[in-house]
Amino acid sequence: MTPQIRAALRNALRTGLILFVFSLIGTAMLAFTHDRTEPTIARSQQAEKLALINQVLPAALYDNDLLASQQSAPPDALLGTRKPSTIWIARRGGAVSGVVLEAVAPDGYSGDIALLVGIDIDGNVTGVRVTAHRETPGLGDYIDRAKSAWIDQFAGKSLTAPPPRHWKVAKDGGVFDARAGATITPRAVVKAVKSALDYFARHRAALVATPEPGVQP
Amino acid sequence: MITATEFRSLFHNGLVKQNTGLVQLLGLCPLLAISNNVINALSLGLATVLVMAASSGAVSGVRHFVPNEIRIPVFVLIIAALVTVIDLAMNAFVHPLYLVLGIFIPLITTNCIVLARADAFAAKNHPLHSVVDAIAMGLGLTLVLVVLGAIRELAGQGTLLSGIDLVFGEDAKQFVLHLLPGYQGFLLAILPPGAFIALGLLIAANNWNKARAEQRARAAVPVAA
Repeated sequence: MTPQIRAALRNALRTGLILFVFSLIGTAMLAFTHDRTEPTIARSQQAEKLALINQVLPAALYDNDLLASQQSAPPDALLGTRKPSTIWIARRGGAVSGVVLEAVAPDGYSGDIALLVGIDIDGNVTGVRVTAHRETPGLGDYIDRAKSAWIDQFAGKSLTAPPPRHWKVAKDGGVFDARAGATITPRAVVKAVKSALDYFARHRAALVATPEPGVQP
Repeated sequence: MITATEFRSLFHNGLVKQNTGLVQLLGLCPLLAISNNVINALSLGLATVLVMAASSGAVSGVRHFVPNEIRIPVFVLIIAALVTVIDLAMNAFVHPLYLVLGIFIPLITTNCIVLARADAFAAKNHPLHSVVDAIAMGLGLTLVLVVLGAIRELAGQGTLLSGIDLVFGEDAKQFVLHLLPGYQGFLLAILPPGAFIALGLLIAANNWNKARAEQRARAAVPVAA
């Protein structure tokens, strides 16, 4: 081994070691912060989720721990989901009083619109909220409750009132308002909410029969 | 220590002479993505200032231990770790603010101006100077962001400060300025092309201003012969 090669080798080892020490410090920093913040972050995420659920399901409708009641639903064409989604089951006095479904409107103007749909045991919509969307700002984003109250018109609707053929935006002969110039977005939302109701109608028996967590049947 | 002259020159550099948005044209990805209204622009700008100050300070602090060959990976490592720490800490301890700024924090890692200042300035200077430089550069970026946001928001929807309630709570809604009542909106300004057009106009205005100042300076010097 010539002295040059030995020097180069030593240099390479030294820089490698320094890089290693820096990655070690970085990893330690991240691990420490993650460890310190994880419980707080998990708590606020749960609170956030519950706050959102409370917007689609009146608090008077349930007395159980909703977050503990969640179960997973396989991907379903009626829900528009391509991944397993979550269903929260509301109970009052032990009996199922409603559900909150995660649904997706896959045919928005620019991609998926993620929805949270609350439905009571009789199949009436208790509320709908958009949880994620990429619709055009200032044009299609009025479906977001933070921008307008448009989404409130679903409350109280069911598959019988209005009848299925009227589950459309006004422009297509239905009962739901839509703003001129942006009908693709509301059309997708109306369709997705109706499909969520269809899903509930089809799975109602199974959902109602779900055993209460922690209670022996 | 830092002298007043150095301090002034660092700020002049960051805000005017080497402004990242108008002169260096660095960090355009978040600049164009977030400048569709004033509040978004201001929020991203301030978050960037925070990240830049922290990373430049840290890079400058370890500059004597980093061999030249691996300085870039080490700086990237430091910046990425710091951004993640800030992201987690904000999520845990100032959650309402995180809900507003949260989506911008990962965007900051894509901002090459953070690495650019770490490598071009912090790696060669004292930590105090580096932090001041980072703050000045960040504020320069914030300034351009806010002006761009104001232009796009006003042209796009006729308001200023819309969305302020997301940062300061429901009560702040009264501060939203509806400057053009009954305005129909101009969608192009809010969409990405509007960002390019408005930034182009800003750069043109800045260059024109500079050219005029130079001309005046030349005219002031008596021409010999």
